[in-house]
Amino acid sequence: MKGFGIHIEGLRKRYGEGDTAVDALKDVNMTVAPGEVVGLIGPSGSGKSTLLKCLGAVIEPTAGRMILGDEVIFEDGWKIADLRALRRDRIGFVFQAPYLIPFLDVTDNVALLPMLAGKPNGEARKRANELLDALDVGHRAKANPSQLSGGEQQRVAIARALANQPPVILADEPTAPLDSERALSVVRILNDMARQFRTAIIVVTHDEKIIPTFKRIYHIRDGKTFEERGLGAA
Amino acid sequence: MISLAGRDILHSWSKFVLTGIGLGLLIGVTLSMAGIYRGMVDDAKALLNNSGADIWVVQQETQGPYAESSSLHDDVYRALLALPGISRAANVTYLTMQVRLGNTDVRTMVVGFEPGQPGEPSYLVAGRQITRSHYEAVADVKTGFQLGDTIRIRRHDYRVVGLTRRMVSSGGDPMVFIPLKDAQEAQFLKDNDAILNERARTTANPTLNRPGVPGLLDAILASQNANHNVNAVLVQIAPGTEPDHVASEIRRWKHLQAFTRAQMEEILVSKLIATSAKQIGMFLVILAIVSAAIVAFIIYTMTLGKIREIAVLKLIGTRNRTIAGMILQQAMGLGLIGFIVGKTVATLWAPIFPKFVLLEPGDAVRGFIVVMLICALASTLAIRVALRVDPATAIGG
Repeated sequence: MKGFGIHIEGLRKRYGEGDTAVDALKDVNMTVAPGEVVGLIGPSGSGKSTLLKCLGAVIEPTAGRMILGDEVIFEDGWKIADLRALRRDRIGFVFQAPYLIPFLDVTDNVALLPMLAGKPNGEARKRANELLDALDVGHRAKANPSQLSGGEQQRVAIARALANQPPVILADEPTAPLDSERALSVVRILNDMARQFRTAIIVVTHDEKIIPTFKRIYHIRDGKTFEERGLGAA
Repeated sequence: MISLAGRDILHSWSKFVLTGIGLGLLIGVTLSMAGIYRGMVDDAKALLNNSGADIWVVQQETQGPYAESSSLHDDVYRALLALPGISRAANVTYLTMQVRLGNTDVRTMVVGFEPGQPGEPSYLVAGRQITRSHYEAVADVKTGFQLGDTIRIRRHDYRVVGLTRRMVSSGGDPMVFIPLKDAQEAQFLKDNDAILNERARTTANPTLNRPGVPGLLDAILASQNANHNVNAVLVQIAPGTEPDHVASEIRRWKHLQAFTRAQMEEILVSKLIATSAKQIGMFLVILAIVSAAIVAFIIYTMTLGKIREIAVLKLIGTRNRTIAGMILQQAMGLGLIGFIVGKTVATLWAPIFPKFVLLEPGDAVRGFIVVMLICALASTLAIRVALRVDPATAIGG
């Protein structure tokens, strides 16, 4: 089992009970290796967001198995007591909009996660500045999020997701508000970061500009996943 | 760990400060209301302190001279001086009236006293005490009168020869001190037309105007136009004497009502200003509720504006208590700004009030604690909303 970024077997999620029950996820299987970026695409209502919420430990799957790194975190029930700590320390999130905290400067937006994990302020800020430099927004470290461009904000959001060096990052349509050039730049950064930090990254997207960049793509349809080799592998 | 509340306040400081100023003005009104009540109590105590009396002797079955009217003969004090334990006794009259200065009039309490006796203004801030038997006055500075002013009381003019301070009635009206005889005349003397009518009636009455009894009519007329009544006798007791014992002796042997200092304070504070105190108390309760509602509304609105950020914070692993602490600290911060503004404005505008406003440090401390409690209580609604935010809402779909 060692060596997984994230591995999912037979994941199911049912909303409601009896006649009104809806199976949002029926049989989801997925493996993402450390340092790999995969695309997750599917039409509206196919179960993308439900899957992301299950992977993000914000809703509980009905059945199945999830392995994060080398640890089973779900097998017909959560195996981890503190899901909040799991999300904080081992899962990074990048959203469609950056959702940076408007009253914190760029450094503290990134440093907040290590601080929440109990790291001293100085150490957390040092880590944040290193990430910001790596993402080429180090020069905006003291700026407020509202002073940044859309692309810069998204790079700060990526830095925040990487702040606690999680084994997996879940990116929910991270390029949706960006133009082609910036969207491709974000994907390039995600690939670089995945390689550099050995992080498994799942990118949920509808964005046809970036779909060809993935080496592997998971299609999700009617709650089931289908793997496909992407054009990025060529 | 960084202070999320502090950063949020700094980020939107103008909104916080403006809201804090609004809340502060409300708190300022609340503190002023408490100050007005304290001022009324202090006025009542000042009235008792300045009279220099240990016992107030008044008409039987009355609670005079401040809470009810009271009338005594002005020779009663001689009988009182004969009682053991009494060192000094002096007549005094009190009359609330409009005193004219030029074309304006000022509402005052006119006090008739005997110079050098209890009831005399205890200290002056300018001028001198009354030295003549008639037509001189000492006025409290709040009357606005100046030394040398000529004021009119009933049909006579008085010259202001001295000014005193904090000499007010229980209602807050500044006092004007005049000689006792003048005050007796001002209080009880009829106008000239009434005297003429009374004289004509008496002369026409055959029972009172008997040809065979010379001098009877003149004696009756003189008695009708003279006044020998006062409102109270102020008594000072000898050192080592119990005021309660002396008061009970006066009640028993002289058939007069006698109040000690404690009893008179009870009448003034618990009876005379009790209704006003309840009125102010009601205002304080209403203002506290309004303040709580305002803080709750502001914090609630501010929290609703941050729902997405709160969802993100929860998603990335922020503890509920950190989020609750952030909202609570913001509410407390708002309360702190409001209290500082409120205390400042209450202090600044207190001297402008026509009545004495006494802002006691103890009230400020109690006010601060109440404001903080109200803010903490008011933040619970917003905290409840924040804690119900589902972190999943940060993820689309």
